[in-house]
Amino acid sequence: MGFYDLLASCKNEDIQELTASISQRDVWRALSKESCDSRDFLALLSPAARPFLEEMAVKARELSIRHFGRTIQLFTPMYLSNFCTNGCVYCGFGCANAIFRKQLSLEEVAKEARLIAADGLKHILILTGDAPKMATPAYIEASCRELRKHFSSIAMEIYAMDTDTYRRMVAAGVDGLTLYQETYNETLYETLHPYGPKKDYHFRLDAPERGCMAGMRMVNVGALLGLDDWRRDAFFTGLHADWLQKHYPEVEISISLPRMRPHAGSYSPACEVSDADFVQILLAQRIFMPRCGISISTRERKEFRDNIMGLGVTRMSAGVSTAVGGHSDKDSGTGQFDISDERSVEEMAAAIKAKGYQPLYQDWQPMDPWEKSA
Amino acid sequence: MNLSAPDLFSPEKDALIIGGHSLSSRLFVGTGKYPSDTLIPGVLAASGSEVITVALRRVDMNATTDNVMQHIPSNIRLLPNTSGARTAEEAVRIARLANAMGCGNWIKIEVISDNRYLLPDGYETVKATEILAKEGFVVLPYVNADLMIARSLVSAGAAAVMPLGAPIGSNRGLQTKEMLRILIEEISLPIIVDAGIGKPSQACEAMEMGAAACLVNTAIAGAGDPVAMAQAFGQAVAAGRKAFLAGEAAVSPGRAYASSPLTGFLS
Repeated sequence: MGFYDLLASCKNEDIQELTASISQRDVWRALSKESCDSRDFLALLSPAARPFLEEMAVKARELSIRHFGRTIQLFTPMYLSNFCTNGCVYCGFGCANAIFRKQLSLEEVAKEARLIAADGLKHILILTGDAPKMATPAYIEASCRELRKHFSSIAMEIYAMDTDTYRRMVAAGVDGLTLYQETYNETLYETLHPYGPKKDYHFRLDAPERGCMAGMRMVNVGALLGLDDWRRDAFFTGLHADWLQKHYPEVEISISLPRMRPHAGSYSPACEVSDADFVQILLAQRIFMPRCGISISTRERKEFRDNIMGLGVTRMSAGVSTAVGGHSDKDSGTGQFDISDERSVEEMAAAIKAKGYQPLYQDWQPMDPWEKSA
Repeated sequence: MNLSAPDLFSPEKDALIIGGHSLSSRLFVGTGKYPSDTLIPGVLAASGSEVITVALRRVDMNATTDNVMQHIPSNIRLLPNTSGARTAEEAVRIARLANAMGCGNWIKIEVISDNRYLLPDGYETVKATEILAKEGFVVLPYVNADLMIARSLVSAGAAAVMPLGAPIGSNRGLQTKEMLRILIEEISLPIIVDAGIGKPSQACEAMEMGAAACLVNTAIAGAGDPVAMAQAFGQAVAAGRKAFLAGEAAVSPGRAYASSPLTGFLS
């Protein structure tokens, strides 16, 4: 049974109704258990858990220190291309948006890489729009060959691929896959993705599993918070991560918590996710999956990012530009979304240290270093 | 007094020998999870430890930023580990890379293909040990407390066996105590209890049982004052070792005896 089948078996349940029926006693039970199951996770996401955020924070912090120490791993995104054939109504790169389109040449990839690496970063996340005829697998492979000269870990957040293409990516040096389902609500998904390859809900849902099968070392899932009821999407994100971890124990499964930000298409979030909501998701996820990596992007404000560092976060982006070529050309066009934390890598590292944590620049070592320069 | 034991008052005569190298401290420490790597020299000095393990995945000899290696004094024996390896082949490649990067020929084999509990894969660990021992590495494999795996490691050429007390990072102490006792009794190599030790008293207990050494990371790095905790662990390990060498006094069965004993008919 795949994750789609698991989702199908419970998607008719009304999560809001179910969470509303959860009592404070259920929350206490979940908090006092050594390990939580999916019902406990739902209890921690429920309205009944809201008065216990402090208790949840204490537990989440203790679990995080035990499993990850006082460390935050740094990375930065690098946008290779913003050509896109999708019509995602909420995305700044959607093909209906009249923005400047660009794809980096390999020389430009190398230039961006040098500039990013000069800040000491060793983990890079490459992104493209969904236009496989422009940002072809061969182009991505060639870009990775450039990037491996500078970075010890390359993760990708690119259109959903089949297993064989993911294998090609792994062979080219990609060790991490990030792919957000955006929303796990299949009906809503169809209205948000009216056309383009991303319209295929099932193909996208199974993509993280295909990445696992292809040999990715890290696979990261998430929902774009704000598209649907946050409790529902946070719950299914956690279930997805848990399902992947159970079926692919050799892969490091992690989640991201992207919260909707303003962008060129001027789509307003349908469901507001407050800071308290966000923190509740973060804490519930940490308690549900104590060893799961959790990434927080610069979509969040710097003060907020500083405050949640000790609550279960394991990875943070820094020195971010969401525009193609944005590291070498500050006027390189429209970004995918507006960032709220514009701190440089150095400033971010200082902020992490100020919170009593250690910024980790490198947490992976390619086993064939000579391939870096191949 | 145990006549075969080294002189209790001459700790230098009770050295732990690993790979032909003599160690006077029986506490190994780690480099992960610290709020700052600048704490490492203090931890080493306070604990008296002479061996430190470092995940090769975090070593960047060319780093322009902070680098963990800058904080490890040159007189400390480096024990690179293969954290991140999922198979014997990956562990072997990481070990060779560590050697090529100048981290020496000691290697702690960690092969973990289960990210849910971080439990070691014994079969793959034995395979990696066999290959690396033949290549001249001093191999310290991290494994479950399992007698058959430990025997295989002896045959494979390991320099010590590092069984877990409890899952990594759990701080749950000696959950595998009975299995550890069997390993200590049956295995001729040094038994170094690794993972799960959360308190100095637990390290002391492992040493009292006859463990050759303990490796402690999370409990020190996650402490409110890592340097003070490192000192406490150093003292606990030394005390446990001394107690082991001294030989425990016999323990009373702790029960009363009937006025009409079962063997009374004999008198």
